[in-house]
Amino acid sequence: MAAANSVNPKSWTWIAWPLGALPLAWVLWQGVTGGSGPDPVAALVNALGWWALVLLLVCLTMRPAARLLNIPALVIWRRTFGLWMFIYASLHFLAWATLILGWDPGRLATELSKRPYIIVGAAAWLALWPLALTSTRKARRRMGKRWVKLHRLIFLALPLALIHQFWVQKSGFGESLAFLAVALVLVGYRLRGRFLPGK
Amino acid sequence: QQVAGAKDGVPSTDEKLTPFDDVTQYNNFYEFGTGKDDPAANAHRMKTNPWQFTVAGAAERTGTFDLEDLLKGLPVEERIYRLRCVEAWSMVIPWVGIPMAALLKKLQPTSKARYVAFTTLADPKQMPGVDSPFTGIDFPYREGLRLDEAMHPLTLMAIGLYGRTLPNQNGAPLRLVVPWKYGFKSIKSIVRIEFTEQRPATTWNLLAPREYGFYANVNPEVDHPRWSQSRERRLPNSLFNPNWRPTELFNGYDQVAGLYKGMDLRKNY
Repeated sequence: MAAANSVNPKSWTWIAWPLGALPLAWVLWQGVTGGSGPDPVAALVNALGWWALVLLLVCLTMRPAARLLNIPALVIWRRTFGLWMFIYASLHFLAWATLILGWDPGRLATELSKRPYIIVGAAAWLALWPLALTSTRKARRRMGKRWVKLHRLIFLALPLALIHQFWVQKSGFGESLAFLAVALVLVGYRLRGRFLPGK
Repeated sequence: QQVAGAKDGVPSTDEKLTPFDDVTQYNNFYEFGTGKDDPAANAHRMKTNPWQFTVAGAAERTGTFDLEDLLKGLPVEERIYRLRCVEAWSMVIPWVGIPMAALLKKLQPTSKARYVAFTTLADPKQMPGVDSPFTGIDFPYREGLRLDEAMHPLTLMAIGLYGRTLPNQNGAPLRLVVPWKYGFKSIKSIVRIEFTEQRPATTWNLLAPREYGFYANVNPEVDHPRWSQSRERRLPNSLFNPNWRPTELFNGYDQVAGLYKGMDLRKNY
C-alpha cells in the first residue's frame, strides 16, 4: 500500500489538536451565553460526556479509515483524539462533581457507591487513565508489545461508556442504538480477520 | 392572546418566576420529540381549536363535548405554582386555570368513581414523536389521580400561563397541574377523562414501575433509583450558579398531607 502523496502525515499532525478543542469551545460558549437553554448545568455535563463517547468512536475509526482512505496520518491523529477523549471524559466527571454534587463528600460517596450507572461511567473513565498515562511516544517505544496489549483497554471502556450513556436516560433510546451500531461495526471490522481464513 | 376572566387565585408565592421563554422552550412532551426543545419546535402542528373532549365512566355527564362548551361558566384563576420535575429541576410558573373540583362537579361523578384517568391526544399526523420506535413509550400518554386528589383545591386544569392562552408545547388547550407531584403527573393536551373504580394504568409507571410510582408525590426522602431527589436545580441556572435548593416534601404544599395520612410514602412512591 503506497502512502498518499497529497497528504504528508508529519506536517498535518498538529491539526487534530484544534479539531478536538472545537467542541469544547462550542459547548462552553453555549453554556456561558445561554445558548444551551435554561439548564446549562445539565447541558454541559451531558455534552461533555457525549463528546467523550463520540471521540472514543472516532479513535476506533482512525485505523480503518487510514487504511480505506489511504491516509496514514489518521493513525497519528488517533493519539491526539485519544487524549482529547480523556480530557472530555475528565471534564465530564469534573463538571458533574462540581456543578451537580458541589464536591460534597457525602453525596460523592453515595453516588459512586449506590448508582450503578455512575459506577459504570466511573469505571469507563478509570480504564482510560492507563491509556492517557502511556500515550507518549517514549512510553510506546519502551513498552513495545505490552503497550499494544494495554491499549486494548479501550475495548473495556467502550462497552462501559455505552452502557453508561444508555442508562442515564429516562427513555428515548434512538441515540444509544446509533452509538451501539457504530461501535459494533468498528469492533466487527477490527475482529474481521480473526474468523476469516487466509487473512 | 389574553385569557378572559383571569383573576388572582390562591396560593401564591414571592419566589422569582421562571421567565416565559424558559417555561415555553424547555419542555418534556415526548409526543413532539424527546429533546427539551423539540416540543417548542414541533407543537405548532397540533390543532387545538376545536378540541373534542370525552368524559367516560362513572359520572352523570358522559359523552364527547366541544371543550369550549364544557368549560363555559367555570371560574378561571391565576395560580403561581412551583413545578418540580422528576429529573431534579424546577420552575415557578404563573398558570391560568380552572380549579379541577369545579370541572369535576360539573361532570357529576357517581359514588362508584374512586379514580380519575386522563389521556393525552396521540395523533401521529400532528405529533411526530408518537410513531417514533425509540421512545419506549406506548402512546397515548395516560395519567391518573385518586378522586380526592383530583378534588383538592390545589389541583388545577390549566388553560393558560403568564396571562396568555396555553402554548401548545405546554399542553394546550387543557392540561392538568398537580403542584405537589412530579411534573409527569401533570398530563398535557387532555382528550379524555374517565372516572374509574380501579386505579388506572399510568404511562411512566408502566414503563419503569420501580422508578415512577402511581402517586409520584414530591419527596426528598425517596430517591429515584438512579438519582437523588433531595435537591433540585431551580431554572434558569448558570454555570456560575447551578442554583441548587433543597426539595421539600409535597413540593412545599403541606396542605395536601391529609390526603396521605397513614400511608407509607416510601412504599407508595
